[in-house]
Amino acid sequence: MHRTKVRVATDVLDANETIARANRADFDRAGVRVVNLMSAPGAGKTMLLERVLGGGLGDGLLDGLGEVRVGVLEGDVQGSFDADRLSLLHVPVTQLNTDPGFGGECHLDANMVRSALGAMALEEIDLLVIENVGNLVCPAEFRVGEDRRAMISSVTEGEDKPLKYPLMFRTCELVVVNKIDLLPHLDFSLERFLANLDQVNPGAEHMLLSARTGEGVEAFADWLARVAQTTPAPARAEAEPA
Amino acid sequence: MHELSISRSVLDTALAHACGRRVLLVEVSIGGLRQVAPASLAFYFEILSRGTACEGAELTTRLMPARLRCDCGSEWRLEHPSFRCPRCGGGNVTVLDGEQLCVDSIEVEEEEACTAPR
Repeated sequence: MHRTKVRVATDVLDANETIARANRADFDRAGVRVVNLMSAPGAGKTMLLERVLGGGLGDGLLDGLGEVRVGVLEGDVQGSFDADRLSLLHVPVTQLNTDPGFGGECHLDANMVRSALGAMALEEIDLLVIENVGNLVCPAEFRVGEDRRAMISSVTEGEDKPLKYPLMFRTCELVVVNKIDLLPHLDFSLERFLANLDQVNPGAEHMLLSARTGEGVEAFADWLARVAQTTPAPARAEAEPA
Repeated sequence: MHELSISRSVLDTALAHACGRRVLLVEVSIGGLRQVAPASLAFYFEILSRGTACEGAELTTRLMPARLRCDCGSEWRLEHPSFRCPRCGGGNVTVLDGEQLCVDSIEVEEEEACTAPR
């Protein structure tokens, strides 16, 4: 017996990237643009979606995104609490739990999203919002076939978060700062937060809003509508094999 | 804890390249911009590899420092998560190194090709 060294030189997430590209191709064929929405638990992903997609419910909710038909894929470790909330808005919602059969993963990966494709009526929507599992670390590592990445950082989480979770803040095209109605009660310095964000993602697009009061949520609705109207870009550079 | 998923990928990659031979060592390089904890990776790898050709294999990780280059021409090693150029303050920077998450090589046990008569 002797030891032989075998050169491998393979990206560990190669398999995920391949499936993410297949998802992306399926979304493109169906004419669906996809936003991967991420944040820490409790930052307000579901409430912001309720605000934006609350068509016809009144109560200060926006009347959906106009002509844009939106669907939501809810990623959670367990339960369907968020999907139940969103289904009240008459938005097609698909629940994806990472617990049964997946070992309770703390993020969605491309294969999990692929497993849910059959349950989604892609022909009935123009925009799919994938609400990822609440987590500022793991979801950033896994592309799922999205066109854009957006994240929510709420002011109660503190102004240092961009520096503590640089991969998440760097990987998103849009950073939403939520819960600004609480600013008068906190020591949170918006200026320092934005300076920290600029350090890890120079020039990153950001918007300030409160999903609770509705202040500023139109900007997020407009952003989603703009994404829905973009034409599919050819495969992203970072999704290409190195 | 996404190290569990990553360990599974590392294991699959190693097994695919081992072609049935027993694996003794798996070498992984992790870029400084990735958020992967080497100790967790090794912990999950040990558990997942039980009953496979990688059982008992050592997993070593090499941390690759992040290096950036600015449009102004300056290059630097990233010590803090700051992606603005320390020289000109510009934000148009390219990552030269530090984003990899790669199985570099494995070592396998190979039968001696013994042709001498006993």
